[in-house]
Amino acid sequence: MLSINDLHAGVNGNEILNGISLEVKPGEVHAIMGPNGSGKSTLAGVLAGKESYTVSKGTVTYLGKDLLGMAPEDRAREGIFLAFQYPVEIPGVTNSYFLKASLNAIRKHRGLEELDAVEFLQLVKQKMKIVELDQSLLNRPVNEGFSGGEKKRNEIFHMAVLEPRLAILDETDSGLDIDALRIVADGVNKLRSKDRSVIVVTHYQRLLDYIVPDFVHVLMDGQIVKSGPKELALELEERGYDWIKPQAERSGAAV
Amino acid sequence: MSTEQSTIESLANREYKYGFVTEIESDTAPRGLNEDIVRLISSKKGEPEWLLEWRLKAYRHWLTLEEPTWANVSYPAIDYQDMIYYSAPKQKAAPKSMEEIDPELLKTYEKLGIPLAERARLAGVAVDAVFDSVSVATTFKEKLNELGIIFCSFSEAVREHPDLVKKYLGSVVPANDNFFAALNSAVFSDGSFCFIPKGVRSPMELSTYFRINAADTGQFERTLIVAEEGAYVSYLEGCTAPIRDTNQLHAAVVELVALDNARIKYSTVQNWYPGDKDGKGGIYNFVTKRGKCQGVNSKISWTQVETGSSITWKYPGVLLIGDNSVGEFYSVAVANNRQQADTGTKMVHIGKNTKSTIVSKGISAGFGQNSYRGLVDVKKGAANARNFSQCDSLLLGDKCGAHTFPYIEVRNTSSRVEHEASTSKIGEDQIFYCKQRGLSTEDAVNMIVNGFCKEVFRELPMEFAVEAQKLLGVSLEGSVG
Repeated sequence: MLSINDLHAGVNGNEILNGISLEVKPGEVHAIMGPNGSGKSTLAGVLAGKESYTVSKGTVTYLGKDLLGMAPEDRAREGIFLAFQYPVEIPGVTNSYFLKASLNAIRKHRGLEELDAVEFLQLVKQKMKIVELDQSLLNRPVNEGFSGGEKKRNEIFHMAVLEPRLAILDETDSGLDIDALRIVADGVNKLRSKDRSVIVVTHYQRLLDYIVPDFVHVLMDGQIVKSGPKELALELEERGYDWIKPQAERSGAAV
Repeated sequence: MSTEQSTIESLANREYKYGFVTEIESDTAPRGLNEDIVRLISSKKGEPEWLLEWRLKAYRHWLTLEEPTWANVSYPAIDYQDMIYYSAPKQKAAPKSMEEIDPELLKTYEKLGIPLAERARLAGVAVDAVFDSVSVATTFKEKLNELGIIFCSFSEAVREHPDLVKKYLGSVVPANDNFFAALNSAVFSDGSFCFIPKGVRSPMELSTYFRINAADTGQFERTLIVAEEGAYVSYLEGCTAPIRDTNQLHAAVVELVALDNARIKYSTVQNWYPGDKDGKGGIYNFVTKRGKCQGVNSKISWTQVETGSSITWKYPGVLLIGDNSVGEFYSVAVANNRQQADTGTKMVHIGKNTKSTIVSKGISAGFGQNSYRGLVDVKKGAANARNFSQCDSLLLGDKCGAHTFPYIEVRNTSSRVEHEASTSKIGEDQIFYCKQRGLSTEDAVNMIVNGFCKEVFRELPMEFAVEAQKLLGVSLEGSVG
C-alpha cells in the first residue's frame, strides 16, 4: 500500500523529518506517536501533499506509484484521505455541497458515474449513522460554527463517504471529550477493512484504547526511534517518551 | 502559493466572450457635445418641446459642474468633446414587427444568448433590447399590455405615454443631481420604461439587455420604473460590449418609484468589457441609480453583480420616504487585473420605522482595487429607523486592494444602525483542504468565492443567478443542502 523510504522533509529549509522509513500493508492500522514537535503532523502533511513542505530526500511509493510526484488533489482521488487536526472553515459552502463535489471529483477520476442529488442524499443518510452526525451539520457551511467535537466527527464522516484506501488521522482525538472520542473511534473501527489502511497520528495513548493498532511507531526529532506491537503504546503511556530518547541517541538510527 | 497564484491568474485572464463587433450601418451624430447635438438627439427621436427644454436645461447645468474626483479610482481625463453621443443602427422605419428588424441585430442578440424572435424567446422573461443608443425590440409587449403593464423603450413611452413620463422623469434623480446624471439628462438616447398599475403583479421578469457596439460612442440610457399601489415587479438588467482598446463611457440613470405597498426588485449583472489584463480599454461605468420608496410599506431591493467595466462608479440607493418602507442593497463587485470599482449604496431614512439592509461583497484579484462606499443617512423624523450593513472583502493574491468607506449620519435617538465589516484573504489552508478532498485548485477557488457571495446570489432571480455563476466561474449550490 504505502512504502516510505528515508524521507527527509521540512519547511523553509528547516528539516523536520530526518529520514523516515515505514511500510504499511493493506488492512493494517499503524499508530504514530511522539512528543510535541517530533514531526507527526509534518509527516501527515507531506503524505497528503501540503505545499508548504519541501521534500529534500527519500521516496514514497503508494500503490506502486511515486506519491511525491502527485498533486494533492490527485492523491486524494487515488484514495488518500487526511482527517485534519484543525479542519478548515469554508463560509457559505454547505457541508453536503462540499462533500458531493468532493465525492464526484473522486468518482470522476476513477471513471465512475457522478452521483446526482438524490443518490448522494441516500448515501449520506446511511453514512451519517457511522459517526452519529447531526443532520443539521449537513446543511451548515463547512466547519463554520462547529464545535471542536463536531469538526472531528465531521472529518470521519467525510472519510466514511469518500471511502479512502489510506486514511491518515492527524490528532483526531485532540479536543474530544470521552464520549465524542468513543463515537469517533467507533466510526473509524466501522470503516476498518482488509483493503483499507489507516495511519493514526496521536499524542496520547487513550485513542488507541479504542482504535487498536497493529503497529506502534514512536517519532522523535523527525525519526522513528522505536516500533513495536500495540503494547508499546501502553508502555509509552506509563513511562513517557524520555526513556526511549537515550536509546535512540545511542543507536543513532531508527529501528 | 504558486498554484494558488496561477489559478487566480487564469481566472483573471479568462476570455471575455462577448467582445465581438456587429457589422452594421449606423446613423451617427458628429463627435462632440453642444446644444446642437442635444437638439439633434431630441429631433431624431421626434420629442416634444418640453423634453427638449428639459434636456437643454440639464445640458446648461452640466456645463457649470465639475467631474467628481472623490471616488477611489484614477483614470486619464475624459475628453467630452471627442466622444460620439448618438449612434443608432440604420433601419428604414421603426420596425413594426420582429420580421422588420435587421437580421444582423437579431443575430447579435442570439449570440449574446438573448433571442428576440418569437419562437425562441426566453420563457417568463420579457426583454427590451437596447443597442447603442436605441431600443431595437421589446418582447411580450402585448401580453403585458393586457394587464395594463407598460413595458417599452423610453422613446416609445415619450410618444405614447407622455403624461406618465412627464410626471416621473427626474422625480428621483433630478437632472441636476450630479455631473454624470446631468450629462445623461442632456443626451440620453433611449432606455426602458416600465409602469405597473395599481394592484398588478407582473407575471414575468422584465429585463433590459444593453449592448454597446459602435466605437467611441457613449451610452446614455435611462430607465424609469413606476410601481403603483400594491404593484410588484422584478426587473433584470444585463450589459455587454465589444473588446476595444479605447475606453468608452457609459453614464446611465435609473429611477424607481414605489407607491404604497409596492415592491420593486431590481437586479443587475453588469458585464461590460473590463479592459485587457494591462488595463487597456474597457467601459467607464459611471451610473446613477436611485429608488424612491414614496408610499407606506413599499420596498425596493437592488441586487447587483458587477464583474465588468474598467471603472465602476455606482451607488444604487433608496430614499425611504413612506413609513415602514424597506430598502435593500445586495452587491458582489469584482475588481480584477487593473479594474477599479468604487461602489456601494445610499440609504436615506426619512419616514418612520423605515428599514434598510446592505450586504456588500467585494472581491479583489490581480491588481484590482475595490472600494465599498456607502451612506446611511437617518433623518430627524425617521423614528425607529433601522439599518444593518455588512461589508466583506475577499482578496485573491497580494497585489490587489480592498477599501471600505462607510458614512453614517443619524439625527434621531430612536434609530439603530449596525455596521459589520471584514476582510479576508482566500486562505492557502482553505485551498489545501479542498484539494485534499479531491477538488482542483480552480474548483476550490470557485467554491470559496461562491460561498463568499452566497448571500447576494440567493437574492438574484434564477436566470440571473445562472448568469452570475457563469461569470464568476463558479458552480452554484446543488439542490442538496
